[in-house]
Amino acid sequence: MLCDNCKERDAIINLTQVEHDSKVTLHLCEQCAQQKGVETGGAVLKSPLGNFLGAVVKGGGTPGALVPASGDALRCPACGSTLRDFRDSGRLGCDRCYVSFDTHLRDLLRRLHGSSQHVGERYDLPGKQGGNGVEGSDDPRSRLLELKAQLRRAVEGENFELAAELRDRIRVLE
Amino acid sequence: MDLSLLPDGGMRWLDAAGPKSTIVLSTRIRLARNVRGIPFSQRAKDGDRTAVLERVSDAAASSEHLGTAVAFHLDQMERPERQLLHERHLVSKELAGLERESRPRPGAALLVQDQVGVMVNEEDHLRLHGMWSGFDLEDAYAAVEAVDAELGRLVPFAFHPEFGYLTSCPTNAGTGLRASVLIHLPGLVLTKEITKVLQGLSQVGLTFRGLYGEGSDVVGNFFQLSNQTTLGKTEDELIDHLGRIVRQVVEYEEQARDVLLRTAPEEVEDKTWRAYGLLKHARQLSFEETMNLLSGVRLGVGLKLLPGPGVYTLNKLLIYTQPAHLAAMDGRSTGDRELPTVRAAFVRRLLEAESS
Repeated sequence: MLCDNCKERDAIINLTQVEHDSKVTLHLCEQCAQQKGVETGGAVLKSPLGNFLGAVVKGGGTPGALVPASGDALRCPACGSTLRDFRDSGRLGCDRCYVSFDTHLRDLLRRLHGSSQHVGERYDLPGKQGGNGVEGSDDPRSRLLELKAQLRRAVEGENFELAAELRDRIRVLE
Repeated sequence: MDLSLLPDGGMRWLDAAGPKSTIVLSTRIRLARNVRGIPFSQRAKDGDRTAVLERVSDAAASSEHLGTAVAFHLDQMERPERQLLHERHLVSKELAGLERESRPRPGAALLVQDQVGVMVNEEDHLRLHGMWSGFDLEDAYAAVEAVDAELGRLVPFAFHPEFGYLTSCPTNAGTGLRASVLIHLPGLVLTKEITKVLQGLSQVGLTFRGLYGEGSDVVGNFFQLSNQTTLGKTEDELIDHLGRIVRQVVEYEEQARDVLLRTAPEEVEDKTWRAYGLLKHARQLSFEETMNLLSGVRLGVGLKLLPGPGVYTLNKLLIYTQPAHLAAMDGRSTGDRELPTVRAAFVRRLLEAESS
């Protein structure tokens, strides 16, 4: 494969960068890699992050590749995607995947971030502050939005009786 | 779709009013969020995507921070318009669908109000972002966080007590926070210290990429520095850490410029005046050459070797000499062969207006 940068010399280094929008893999020759600030003598791999980058590169460029193949058949009951899908694409299917594959993901998150425990801001679901779900929400706006979402689902599912009831409740709130 | 609906084109950061704005062009904060119970983009059907957009739009409309937001529906926009938004750093290449021929899928949208925007149905359902002039992590974060807090009370976000905010790619899980600064480092490049600095970055958990697009090509000595990890540290810790390192890099850059001025004053002066001269008089300019010349002029202005132009003009040139912007101004297509001529004429016009 030729170097992505100069298109002349053979690429010997795969540089994978995880950026805020996506992942980019560049195939570079030694000279171009050095120009881009990559030490080609193995110094990158000595850093803690180097292990991650190295592993990602070997596995084809996604963090999914860091997960062992032994769990391939595991399937998320919510969205139907398997751990194999994640290994291939590096993307999870839905929020429930984090529960369905939690053992594998905990291990992966530790390797990626050095920890799997979120210590940042806590989040409470809308209406959760009251402790009894959306129905008990003290913020009428979030209650209204939830009802509207339910109404759309009811209409899509052709459940018109429920839809009519929801519409009435929305009118009252509005 | 009319971009003039956006006051200051959605780019107030160009005004160079922020701290350290000759070296640090802008500060960007991004938070990744997903709506609970709806499949992530990889598995989302068109109906799921539309449902996400409806929920976000409804919530935005009833919110304070996005109540008067301008909405761009990318699936209904032509490619040149989508490219304009991308060149203004308002949407990613992926959301703008610039990597493939077909239009973006239904539900791909951008909401913008003031300096804060929300990309809808990107890799994550919501990507909240804000761009500030200069080196200003605190203000940028406070503004984006306020939008996040408000939307989070109106839309149920996917959150896990151990893993934090859940994202399509585990590299963003936890805080979902990516903070980045766009920084101009010609001194470190000219003194060949840049390799050491960039290597140091990866050892302290930061990463870098180039100015534009996903190609991460470094043009014009502009680098984007950002945090690499998002989990296991608080938002404030991540921002403080990036801030500390950026302050150090700015210091290194200033030292490198001192070295240049001490050891090779004539060469540096010549280089910056040449760059200025070429920009003022060239009849054809490629985008890459323009970036490199702007870098030389910016250095000269920073070192007070050149009397002008102002940083605001230099920032404007960075944005408006990009292909989609030039093409739109001149009623051409982005592939037009005469774009280098149009670009040179535009640069001359702007610089003349500034010096007259």
